[in-house]
Amino acid sequence: MSDILLPRRQWIARAGGLVAAAGALPLLAGCDAINEAPITRKILSMGEDMHRGSQRALMDRDALAREFGRADLSPVFRSNGTKLPPGAAYAGHAATGFADWRVAVTGLVAKPLSLSMADIRTMPQRSQITRHDCVEGWSAIGEWTGVQLRRILAAAQLKDAARFIVFRCADRIGDALYYESCDLIDALHPQTILAWALNRELLPIANGAPLRLRIERQLGYKHAKYVTGIEAVASLDGIGAGKGGYWEDRIDYEWYAGI
Amino acid sequence: MGDMAQPEAPTVPPGAEQPRCVYRHRLPTRIWHWVNAVTLLILLMSGLMIFNAHPRLYWGQYGANPDHAWFAVGATPTTGFVRIGETRIETTGVLGRWTDGQGVEQTWAFPGWATIPTSYSLADGRRWHLFFAWVLAIGLTLYMIWTAIGGHLRRDLHVRRYEWSPRHIWHDIKDHARLRFPKGEAAARYNILQKLSYIGVIFVLLPLMIFTGLTMSPGMGAAWPWLLDIFGGRQSARSLHFIAAWLLVAFFFVHIVMVLLAGPVNEIRSMVSGWFRLPPEKGE
Repeated sequence: MSDILLPRRQWIARAGGLVAAAGALPLLAGCDAINEAPITRKILSMGEDMHRGSQRALMDRDALAREFGRADLSPVFRSNGTKLPPGAAYAGHAATGFADWRVAVTGLVAKPLSLSMADIRTMPQRSQITRHDCVEGWSAIGEWTGVQLRRILAAAQLKDAARFIVFRCADRIGDALYYESCDLIDALHPQTILAWALNRELLPIANGAPLRLRIERQLGYKHAKYVTGIEAVASLDGIGAGKGGYWEDRIDYEWYAGI
Repeated sequence: MGDMAQPEAPTVPPGAEQPRCVYRHRLPTRIWHWVNAVTLLILLMSGLMIFNAHPRLYWGQYGANPDHAWFAVGATPTTGFVRIGETRIETTGVLGRWTDGQGVEQTWAFPGWATIPTSYSLADGRRWHLFFAWVLAIGLTLYMIWTAIGGHLRRDLHVRRYEWSPRHIWHDIKDHARLRFPKGEAAARYNILQKLSYIGVIFVLLPLMIFTGLTMSPGMGAAWPWLLDIFGGRQSARSLHFIAAWLLVAFFFVHIVMVLLAGPVNEIRSMVSGWFRLPPEKGE
């Protein structure tokens, strides 16, 4: 790095800052005040309801996300969010190849279950090559193998009062464990699977080992990783902050992430 | 028949002695124009916030950090840059590395003054973008229907056969380049370049924005899988969405320059009240 260049760069950077400070700061502060106002949040969130309503109206309950061929696979499947859940408990599971990992199926079910990875792998399997869409904008195509959530819910005998399925996870981010939820349309969708393999290999830890959700018509943050529990509920009230997911509760991501 | 049946072409206002003022823009055009002015600004700025979450563009069905990006905004430890293909342009202070209002250096792609909100929030950018996408889509649909059945399309935007002649188009380009604007009755009608610009924005660019936007939606990919075929994948659609956004920005700047050169007071008044004062002919 040349010493002659540096001051010029700093000057440009400072000039940019000055322009912002002199002309635009009050305006920008005003914009941010509008952004924070409860009434604004309420109006803007109508957009999410309209997207959910229109997408549900436009598509069949079981309309499939596109499935690709093996030639379309991303050369490297990027991971995001938690890449290694902290804590000794998870490290212990990883060390033993998740032999003692259990997935609890609880809530509004007639027959609560506690499934081992062996139980899950002996159920009928589905493989699908789908595109993973991150809310940030990138996409990666991978081949997922696992059991359809609808089979697990059928085995547990879902009760009529159940409206949502909540997914409990082993990764703690800051103060809380990650969680996500979906309604029964997505829970019973044929491509909604609990996947234990990516590209015909055991799921890597960075991608959610030993088990992650695939909910193919929604964005990546809905695809809960490190799944430890599946809970059928009548309402999302009282779960976390009540918005149906870790990021929904904290930074106001949409609960319906179909767009 | 009311406002809907009123022709947009020259009409002598009651009581006027000379046909100097024409009723140029009907109410739906004026409302849509100003709603769009606000909506497109919000969509652009919230869109730049969303872009900041992953400032890389790809072609094809997939694309993430390990894959080749044809366009990227990034930062080195001291500079900010834009990379298009293999060409790197230093943009320190504006893109990739800039200083915020508190004097803190930031390495997000687009600076705070260009985004909604001003400091990084993908969640809030998406809330604004996905709400105003509805305003744009509903407004555009209604306006398209109105231009088709209300006669605006046939009367004012329809390109006549003689206007397609290369000589006519070239003549109009020369007039624009010499800043020679039509006077008198000729100013009441759209010239060929205006017609093509407005048709291009209303029937090409804005629908392209909406459909490439929808192609990025995993839900719409299931509802309308043909979107992925038309645009060649989610990441291609994202690239086209970005390019089309800047074409709209380019249209905006040309539009503003033309308004300023043609007489900003008269032009803005006509888009507020509908009445346009014809520039006097030579010798008048």
